[in-house]
Amino acid sequence: MTNLPSAAERAGGRSLALLIDLDTCVGCHACAVNCKEWNTGGRFGPLSDRDPYGAEPEGAWMNRVHAFEAGEGEAGRTVYFPKNCYHCEQAPCVTVCPSGASYKRAEDGIVLVDEDLCMGCDLCAWACPYGAREMDPVEQVMRKCTLCIDRIYNEELEEIDRVPACVITCPAGARHFGDFADPDSDVSRLVRERGGFAVMEEMGTQPTARYLPPRPRSTRERHAETTVADGSGETPRGFLAWVDRMLSA
Amino acid sequence: MTRGNHAFGPDRPAGLETDREYSEPPGDEVRTTTCYMCACRCGIRVHLKNGHIRYIQGNRDHPVNKGVLCAKGSAGIMNHYSPARLTKPLLRTGPRGSNEFREIEWEEALDIATEWLAEIRRSDPRKLAFFTGRDQSQALTGWWASQFGTPNHAAHGGFCSVNMAAAGLYTIGGSFWEFGEPDWEHTRYLMLWGVAEDHDSNPIKTGLARLKQRGARIVSVNPVRTGYSAIADEWVPIRPGSDGLLALALVHELLRTRRIDLDFLAEYTNAGWLVIRDPNGVEDGLFARDEEGRPLVRDRRDGRLAAAEDPEVAAALTGEVTLEDGRRAVPAFVLMVERYLDPAYAPEAVAERTGIAADRIRRIAAELAEAAFDSDLALEVPWTDWRGIRHERMVGRPVAMHAMRGISARSNGFHTCRALHLLQMLLGAIDRPGSFLYKPPFPRPCPPPVRPAGKLGEVRADTPLPGPPLGFPTAPEDLLVDEAGRPLRIDEAFSWKAPIAAHGMMHLVIRNAWKGDPYPIDTLFMFMANMAWNSAMNTTETIAMLTDRDPDTGTYRIPRIIYADAYCSEMVAYADLILPDTTYLERWDCISLLDRPISSAHGPADAIRQPVLEPDRDVRPFQDVLLELGHRLGLPGCVAEDGGPRYPGGYRDYLVHHERAPGIGMLAGWRGEEGKQEGRGAPNPAQLERYIENGCFWQGRLRPAQRYYRFANRAYLEYATGMGFIGRPAPIFLQLYSEPLQRFRLAAHGHGRVLPPASHRRRIARYFDPLPIWYPPFEDEGAAELPLRAFTQRPMAHYHAWHSQNAWLRQIHGHNPLYVNRRTAEELGIADGDRVWIIGRRTRVQARVRLMEGVEPGTVWTWNAIGKRAGAWNLDPLAPEASTGFLLNHLIDENLPADAEGRVWPNADPATGQAAWHDLRVRIEKVEAEEGEDADPALPPLARPPGVAPAPAILRYSPLASTGEAR
Repeated sequence: MTNLPSAAERAGGRSLALLIDLDTCVGCHACAVNCKEWNTGGRFGPLSDRDPYGAEPEGAWMNRVHAFEAGEGEAGRTVYFPKNCYHCEQAPCVTVCPSGASYKRAEDGIVLVDEDLCMGCDLCAWACPYGAREMDPVEQVMRKCTLCIDRIYNEELEEIDRVPACVITCPAGARHFGDFADPDSDVSRLVRERGGFAVMEEMGTQPTARYLPPRPRSTRERHAETTVADGSGETPRGFLAWVDRMLSA
Repeated sequence: MTRGNHAFGPDRPAGLETDREYSEPPGDEVRTTTCYMCACRCGIRVHLKNGHIRYIQGNRDHPVNKGVLCAKGSAGIMNHYSPARLTKPLLRTGPRGSNEFREIEWEEALDIATEWLAEIRRSDPRKLAFFTGRDQSQALTGWWASQFGTPNHAAHGGFCSVNMAAAGLYTIGGSFWEFGEPDWEHTRYLMLWGVAEDHDSNPIKTGLARLKQRGARIVSVNPVRTGYSAIADEWVPIRPGSDGLLALALVHELLRTRRIDLDFLAEYTNAGWLVIRDPNGVEDGLFARDEEGRPLVRDRRDGRLAAAEDPEVAAALTGEVTLEDGRRAVPAFVLMVERYLDPAYAPEAVAERTGIAADRIRRIAAELAEAAFDSDLALEVPWTDWRGIRHERMVGRPVAMHAMRGISARSNGFHTCRALHLLQMLLGAIDRPGSFLYKPPFPRPCPPPVRPAGKLGEVRADTPLPGPPLGFPTAPEDLLVDEAGRPLRIDEAFSWKAPIAAHGMMHLVIRNAWKGDPYPIDTLFMFMANMAWNSAMNTTETIAMLTDRDPDTGTYRIPRIIYADAYCSEMVAYADLILPDTTYLERWDCISLLDRPISSAHGPADAIRQPVLEPDRDVRPFQDVLLELGHRLGLPGCVAEDGGPRYPGGYRDYLVHHERAPGIGMLAGWRGEEGKQEGRGAPNPAQLERYIENGCFWQGRLRPAQRYYRFANRAYLEYATGMGFIGRPAPIFLQLYSEPLQRFRLAAHGHGRVLPPASHRRRIARYFDPLPIWYPPFEDEGAAELPLRAFTQRPMAHYHAWHSQNAWLRQIHGHNPLYVNRRTAEELGIADGDRVWIIGRRTRVQARVRLMEGVEPGTVWTWNAIGKRAGAWNLDPLAPEASTGFLLNHLIDENLPADAEGRVWPNADPATGQAAWHDLRVRIEKVEAEEGEDADPALPPLARPPGVAPAPAILRYSPLASTGEAR
């Protein structure tokens, strides 16, 4: 089994993760595909695909978008729910790992897999309550969101590009990246302002990532009873007389 | 989250250190180009490593996507390296459909094509039908067809969005989709009409997020609650096909409550133009005109009649006048008021058909009015109108509308779209701060002054057409018909069946060519058009027509088919000669202001594609091939004075050196010998280098005083004239009342020189109403046994058929269920996951049901073009696209059932010929357990054509040398 960094080791460290805005996500899958694109060709790749042109294509993805409906009929809602690793503080996927391949970084809280140590036992995927880990169907090693650690710390990229691929590509501006340990960070501020929430906190995993709920919908109920100002506008004649008055004024 | 003026987007914690451990350049090299994974045309930065694509990233400087990239764009790698790519020219050896070909060299392929085409051009150029699919080289292909001399050319617009394009261009001189956009910066109320999940891809998503951040209200009128509708503040689940009725009820409400922009109507529209009221007269319903032919208005101050173009006049909107010749005339406005104040358009009268309660319609009308008229939005930007009057500020009307295929792909779409533009005009919400905005080169005159060429006498052997094959008829004299009123084009565009078919009618080409009606053709030449599958109505019968032979001669009824495509789509199997195209990353290309530009409201823009990689197969860019064929055929525009090729460097040369008019070419940026001119200027040999330095695009900037009221803004109109967008800096009056439509109607009443055949008159008289009308979709006729309405949406992660072979995208949408309202399904005893028959008038297809709440109860729908023919696109014949995916196309006919008099009309809009894909009526029945699985009508799997190797069983994509394999 593998240890998480101790509280002392984590003290003063960052808590980097994603903040996803369910108000503007339209379920376009841009984040998922750009993630696969960046990572398959990089140091955490390839993200393989088995039977890619066949009857049962199955590939490794670090990021997926789920769609579901909540509520009935017109009163309900269609929700798009992008999901990748929440980089939990008490990550069960790390403690369950028999080889030390899974680990959580003390300095920024990112949870990673050391591919050389991974023996493909799949225990971590079972341990993760969020289904955030996927076995590479070809390589037989565990894949998960790295928070694009090879982008965010990459000196070879322009600073503006040192963010996760899913964030930089999201057309709806629904993905934010930042330090949740810093109360003044943009992500912390957004969580405060818009009621950001974590998923299934009762599992004791202390997920770092948060979601922003849909904003309340704007309504204009007060207009249900609109009437005509002087009551004669319903006939062409009365209407045209009004037009004459207005244009000659 | 705010970062300067970037409303949201990439954020990075301050002070985050870097780490050598993770510091690697993504690739060896970056090249910019333009995406072509859909028609949105975003700027991309392609990172290359070891000669392979490492990463495709959105170009942050690009006006379309500003750095973001959608799922399709990010999956471009998989299209580029697809195992479905064609690799060599092919000549058919087996029967059509067998995919039995012989690989040939390009020289032989070009010789064969030249021989076939030269013979046609020498004898009867009409016998070439040259049609392109979802291509954006129409500025080239239309010119080439014209040079060849055939009128039988169009792209795919006739089955895509011509209703919106034509309605917009005839009404406001611009249109939704590529010709306009909401004022994302200022709008406070956005109404989406029939906007599914595409078109245009990234700008809408980005714009919606901006609106939501600002608290603007978004209302989506759509039978289905997915995508954009899912995040709207209000979803209005309209009954399909009734949007026009809802729009006209909103018009009724705005009139009833006297919430309309009278000044806007009087100043900028033809509401004040005098319409002759002379029942049975030859000019009844036309505008009263002065001796110079200029429409007249009555001055509301002194009653004098003056030309609408007279800068001194103040048009009255009311009052009847007696013209000099004694005839009576009233402003168009009066006709409009009389029409729509009628109780037939009251909310109560339309509630049942639209499915929208009357009080809700009243509320939405009140909201629109409040947003438009009670706003404090005004930009403190002085501007001068066409009359020379200076205005100190630009007053906003922050209500924007956007519409797409749910409006367009219907038999009543043209008038529905006109109704939306009427609604915008009443709100004064066109090209004002916060409203719908034009993208240059629009607005253009309503309609643009281009007429289709190809009249009798204009099609001659070995001779170019005197003009372009497509245009905008404004009177029966502009039609392409013979003396008896019969169509001159193979697709019957610009005939009495579809007089303003501005984009052609590709969906009728194969049937007509097969029937030899109006005449037989020799060669069907197509590019990137999957007419043997998802681009065809009635796919099974279309395949039968492509393979049908004349029993007497044994030859195919459509004798020759040449097809250009990069991939082994379904259509490849049915062609005789295949010209394999490159991928979008291997070619020069342009996105031209002459075609479908990438402009934004803030300025014109165009772009190029440059080859990022060299082809590793024996394929050539289609545009190069077309120019080469043009030279071999001796088309005047393709031959230099010395007889050699006019553009020896192919399309790359053409982009730079071709001039459509003096100084105007394919690209507007860096023109002139010094490269310092925009819009007009001599060809600049270094132009492409300038584009590449700038990220492969050019963007012109409008000054703030030129950005709004552009139909009447003197500074803008002068700029647009200088750029060649319009012929002169005259005001563009918005056409609330459409005189061209009335001209056709008068012909139907027997007036004029060019008259419709008797069999067409009732139809023309009915549908060529100069004011917007609503009528039920044609498929509703006799559909009592088919209670449901069925249509498709394009998923955000796929674009039509292009992406079935994409290893990543097909994992997102690998098959398409039929989505059914839960309560509707319960009434039919159908459960989630059940297999059902979708039954149309003539045949049925099988599908798997997915229940959902967010769909109007009388609607069923599915994703477009996910279903595939087994074996096509180099997919396993057992792939889910073929085994459980399905096409609705099998149920949709090109023609409607014969009417009471036995006449057959196209399943299309009667004005534009737009294919009415979305009008389909069906019923569904559970498949009994003993019935077998049969996703589509039984069609045998397609074989792999030569040169296409079996697709890999495993994909480990990486360009890194360390992984040992690049694919």
